[in-house]
Amino acid sequence: MEEGVKVVGFWPSPYSQKVIWALKQKGVAYDYIEEDLSNKSQLLMKSNPVYKKIPVLLHGGKPIAESSVILEYIEETWPQNPLLPKEAYERASARFWIQFGAEKGPTFGSLFTSTAGEEQDKAAKDALEVLKILEEQGLGNNKFFGGDSINLVDLALGWLAHWFQCIEELVEIKLIEPTTLPRLHAWVENFNQVPVIHENLPDKKRLLAHMKSIREMSISAK
Amino acid sequence: MAESDVKLIGAWPSPFVLRARIALNIKHVDYEFVEEKFGSKSELLLKSNPVHKKIPVLLHAGKPICESLIIVEYVDETWTSGSSILPSDPYDRAIARFWAAYVDEKFFPSMKGIAAAPNEEAKKAALEQVESGLAFLEEAFGKISKGKPFFGGEQIGHIDIAFGSLLAWLRVTEKTTGLKLLDQAKTTPQLAKWAETFCQHPAVSGVMPETEKLAEFAKLLFAKMKGINPQ
Repeated sequence: MEEGVKVVGFWPSPYSQKVIWALKQKGVAYDYIEEDLSNKSQLLMKSNPVYKKIPVLLHGGKPIAESSVILEYIEETWPQNPLLPKEAYERASARFWIQFGAEKGPTFGSLFTSTAGEEQDKAAKDALEVLKILEEQGLGNNKFFGGDSINLVDLALGWLAHWFQCIEELVEIKLIEPTTLPRLHAWVENFNQVPVIHENLPDKKRLLAHMKSIREMSISAK
Repeated sequence: MAESDVKLIGAWPSPFVLRARIALNIKHVDYEFVEEKFGSKSELLLKSNPVHKKIPVLLHAGKPICESLIIVEYVDETWTSGSSILPSDPYDRAIARFWAAYVDEKFFPSMKGIAAAPNEEAKKAALEQVESGLAFLEEAFGKISKGKPFFGGEQIGHIDIAFGSLLAWLRVTEKTTGLKLLDQAKTTPQLAKWAETFCQHPAVSGVMPETEKLAEFAKLLFAKMKGINPQ
């Protein structure tokens, strides 16, 4: 049985990007398979029959789905450059923030698909509240959520450092600013400077165009 | 370790609290159960879980751990007595985490969808979702248990705890809809048997809510949710 690692992903997705970041951070070689989500492959359907979604990691042919599950698998299988604390309480704390980020997805989704007016004002207010919690209680005075260096929490929230700026541009509201969220703003800058992240981001212009069309489709479908 | 070192803030009807209790029982950990009063949140809870203000919260030597599945993993990593809750092989662990997450992300919301359904059509759609979820879980059980009584094999494991904690609420749903969801004869023979074995396990039997008592509580809860003052 082949021992190779394959990642089935989609270039604009922060979920598949997280997996790539983790593998690169650990120096794990992998083959990347770009999925056409409008025409899902046999491989995807077979590897993730429950959700039929990317990302999927295949290791020696065995599939793992769900990005948070994949990240923990990568951490356990390739322990070099650890991305989770060793101590149980700190691990629980890291997992808490990963889950918090995941659960608040819809809050940012609402902002993304909102149009100017009361709906958008509320969505922006809700998103700001979440960002404040992340800054004050998650990040604190640390450079990264992982402390001095990035860990799985930074990777899980990494979409805030690149994809969120596209949302801000499309709705014309800037939330992460040095005046409003100084520590989170600094984290965005620091995170983007980490070599593995810096070298593995989708092209901003292409991503913006992609997200713009998704946003327009969502709005017209409402 | 002294009992006061381990506290669990919770409430008897909550399936999420139940997960923490089962995990602690499996590890034979003595703990103080701090019961929250229905309809109000204690100072201790608000202080221990300021982000979500929700139960369960495990307090270990004063340090709070929140989120039921995170608590279960913490208990598994911290106490070595009793059996292991998560498997040792990384791939098996990934499968265990996948299905536990599935229960929370898909299955439990579809169960809630039945109670929250505003009309018959919505209720039917929600029921179909639950049934398809059970079909997935039935198939998963076959593959993962490999002929043993639990998802975890000979002993209760992570998926057993994640899914099994919902059984009392599933029974209440069967009662209120008049439908058999876990069906020995037809759709879910393995899960029906597993459910019985799970509920009889010593780590579970003392803490799993009784269906009747939970059904009464459910009436109270839905009345409160709909803004009706329960009698």
